[in-house]
Amino acid sequence: MSVATTTKAGDTQVTLTGAKIIAAVKQSGVAFIFAVPDIVTSKGLLFPIAADKDLRLVRVCKEDECVGIASGLTYSDKRALILIQYTGFLDSLNAIRAVAVEYKQPIVMMVGLLGHEPDRLPSQSGRYGVRIIEPICDAMGIPHHLISQDADVAKIKPAIDKAYMESSPVALLVGRRPS
Amino acid sequence: MMNRDECFEILKRHITDEVVVASYSSAVEWNDLNPRPLNYFSVGAMGLASSHGLGLALGRPDRRIVVLDGDGSLLMNLGSLVSIAAAAPKNLVHFLCHNETYEANGGHPLPNPKTDFAGLARSAGYAQVHDFAELKSFEQQVGHALSQDGPVFATLHVKKNRPLVYDYEELYKASRRVALKAALQG
Repeated sequence: MSVATTTKAGDTQVTLTGAKIIAAVKQSGVAFIFAVPDIVTSKGLLFPIAADKDLRLVRVCKEDECVGIASGLTYSDKRALILIQYTGFLDSLNAIRAVAVEYKQPIVMMVGLLGHEPDRLPSQSGRYGVRIIEPICDAMGIPHHLISQDADVAKIKPAIDKAYMESSPVALLVGRRPS
Repeated sequence: MMNRDECFEILKRHITDEVVVASYSSAVEWNDLNPRPLNYFSVGAMGLASSHGLGLALGRPDRRIVVLDGDGSLLMNLGSLVSIAAAAPKNLVHFLCHNETYEANGGHPLPNPKTDFAGLARSAGYAQVHDFAELKSFEQQVGHALSQDGPVFATLHVKKNRPLVYDYEELYKASRRVALKAALQG
């Protein structure tokens, strides 16, 4: 049974602060970021992460590489976060199916919902690609959490800790461009 | 052209505490020849052996990581050559068994069987690149290749193989992952 936590951010003043997300990721013990650029998280997350001396950013060519790399990294005491766009998540489903789900590896994915309207739930998005992400996670048994406003940042550390404690995947869905 | 099992026999003489990441046909043949807790088999999602190897190399810089990849597999993850070269792990040695076929999927030919994988690795930016077609040359140089600062890439031009038995559940059973973690902690 997957766990879905959602937030409906109807207030146009709602913000999502990239620095707070990065701080939560660090507090979760993450040392490595494996990433393919995503315009949702580009300015608020990827550029700051690239400049952050406490995080090792590994840029890769295609999102399914991240799944393999993160799996290999589990044979050390280090934690990783995969930072990708939902299109790359969809492109990586076989790797996620095999490595993360069937082989029960702690694969933590932060997925930018390109084109998502932050005032709606992803399931109500006008974008087909966005609309199908949560149902796909549910079908694969992957817990998912919507990170759409600063209040949602508190979900990040417990989700990452749980993934590593239970050796299972988790998807953190970024529904708004972080500042 | 060489036989893959003969190459692996020679390689086995040089393997001590390295983690060996092997994919599909290479995994079957390596496991038959050298079963050990420090083997890591990349099956289930074809093409990811090099990426698994990169993750291990980054997480365990104290160990050498040896990837035994297949040509059909690497074609499914060619970008990993660029990613590995950019990450530049000194402890990663990436062997590619080039038999010009999708051996595990019925023996069909690659779209371009004569793809120059060593050339691709070189242009991607691997620190060291080798290309072996003769067993004697491989035997003479494999020790050197394994000891170089990586990432190291080596194509092994091998013949189409004898039929293998693929038992993927056996290759990637959970107890292997537990054993590998225990061996790496020891």
